[in-house]
Amino acid sequence: MVIETQTDLQAMTRRMRRHIVRMVYAAKSGHIGGSMSSVEIAATLYAKLMRHDPRRPDWPERDRFIISKGHCTPLLYAVLAESGYIPVDELETFRRLGSRLQGHAVLGKPPGVENSAGSLGMGLSFGLGIRLGARLRALDNHVYVLMGDGEQDEGQVWEAAMAAAHHQVDGLVGIIDRNGIQNDDFTAETMRTEPLDEKYRAFGWAVRSGLDGHDLAAVEAGLTWARDVKGQPAMVIFDTVKGKGVSFMEHNPAFHGAPPTDEEFERAMQELAD
Amino acid sequence: MTTAAHAPAATREALGPTLVRLRHEGLDIVVVDADLGKSTSARKFKEEFPERFLTFGVAEQNMISAAAGLATVGHTVFASTFAVFAEHAFDQLRMSVAQPRTNVKVVASHGGVSTGEDGASAQSIEDIALFSSLVNFTVCVPADVVEAAAVVEAAARTEGPFYIRTGRPKTAVIYGDGPRFQIGRADEVRAGSDVTVVACGLMVERALIAAERLQGEGIGVRVVNMSTIRPLDVATLERAARETGAIVVAEEHLMHSGLGAMCAQALATRHPVPVEFVGVDDRYGESGTWSEVLEIMGLTADGVADAVRRVLPRKLG
Repeated sequence: MVIETQTDLQAMTRRMRRHIVRMVYAAKSGHIGGSMSSVEIAATLYAKLMRHDPRRPDWPERDRFIISKGHCTPLLYAVLAESGYIPVDELETFRRLGSRLQGHAVLGKPPGVENSAGSLGMGLSFGLGIRLGARLRALDNHVYVLMGDGEQDEGQVWEAAMAAAHHQVDGLVGIIDRNGIQNDDFTAETMRTEPLDEKYRAFGWAVRSGLDGHDLAAVEAGLTWARDVKGQPAMVIFDTVKGKGVSFMEHNPAFHGAPPTDEEFERAMQELAD
Repeated sequence: MTTAAHAPAATREALGPTLVRLRHEGLDIVVVDADLGKSTSARKFKEEFPERFLTFGVAEQNMISAAAGLATVGHTVFASTFAVFAEHAFDQLRMSVAQPRTNVKVVASHGGVSTGEDGASAQSIEDIALFSSLVNFTVCVPADVVEAAAVVEAAARTEGPFYIRTGRPKTAVIYGDGPRFQIGRADEVRAGSDVTVVACGLMVERALIAAERLQGEGIGVRVVNMSTIRPLDVATLERAARETGAIVVAEEHLMHSGLGAMCAQALATRHPVPVEFVGVDDRYGESGTWSEVLEIMGLTADGVADAVRRVLPRKLG
């Protein structure tokens, strides 16, 4: 699928949302909410920003997408399917015995999945390591690490934030999908992590925040800015809506990790129709 | 076997110089460090290859996940810290290293209770259990500084995760004539036919001293250095059980979850014989000199000799 215009990209995001809902409905488990909130981010990265080639998933100079919120595999497999890494038909096998599409991300399964995750808080460290290693090889690739806002509770995130700034690593782009909801409750009720922008700035990062994570132009502008920051790591914090695209899932903690019922599935697919 | 000609040395001293040599030979080595490079000897690498020595501060979890990321670019990554602090990053080791099988070598010094004066917090008595529980890891405990260098080199030349435990105190050189290490192959360091002592780390030296004493009592003790804990050399173990009919396992680790437990499990299905254990008996250590702490734990030549005397009457037939 060639993505040339904003209309093409918009259409891609709608297809990704349908893939996500269909995968979780068919598997009767999986994480819709946090997948839906990152759709525009992932679509923009794969279709517009990243240097990658689905025919060469081990190309040394490729950019990497690290999914630190490793439970949001419906998002990952949807964007990999739309980008030519896996057949769309394979998405039906999500979470089934024998499938390559594991519940949480597993490095190399299928080729194109760049990290193992599922325990939160590790992706920024892993991405930092990739950039440090690439820098030793004088590669100018970029590493994009997608994190949740609930994930900012994890101490390791801040170890990585400190180290990335210490080593003046550029080409490392942190992305926070700030949808305001984590597993049990709203993030503000669970653990106060704000102000995230000031915290990352204090840690030595270049930061942009307050961007609408569902406005494709804003997403592309924010990610492009971050990609081009030199001499330090860059963080983009997008304001998003958990469950975005399906009215009754939006901003609803019930759809963090629960599958839709038959009726909810039908309604969701109607809302996501072209 | 020459012990007198070589001055005692700590196994931890092998890391830095070996990595320097291997880098000079062209291996793509990167070292990550958590502020203990002087003690682990990893910092020697920094002196020659500063750009390849990456500091992470006192933050082992970040260091391990970053090491895994570095490995995916194709580097051979050595992560060094103390054994108890390697344990600090257990989930990162599981998620970033073991499961995806990234090429990360954890070389942890100050293993076992012979860390001494710092007391219980610094004495790792459970690291072998933890690392042996990580699928895809090769786990090694070298017996002396010569073998430690050989283990580090073998790890550098072999793809996949490694855990190598080294020690703090200066201990006897056993392989003065050169190392005989091969991954997954135990080494018979003394012949004998009445009983076999299977040991690792500094307990190999203690087993050799015990064997010498027991010789005077007319007991022929075979000593096997099981420097690779995983994969365990079950063939050598089974042969020892068949040929000597009794086994003593000696290690500087909790006896319910280390080398002894793994040997007993392997023997149970292959050739069950009486087994006795020398190890840490379900307790934490305490402050003291390293030899004092070993003494109160029974991790001595006398402790090994006593275990041999206990196991002999239990021999079948």
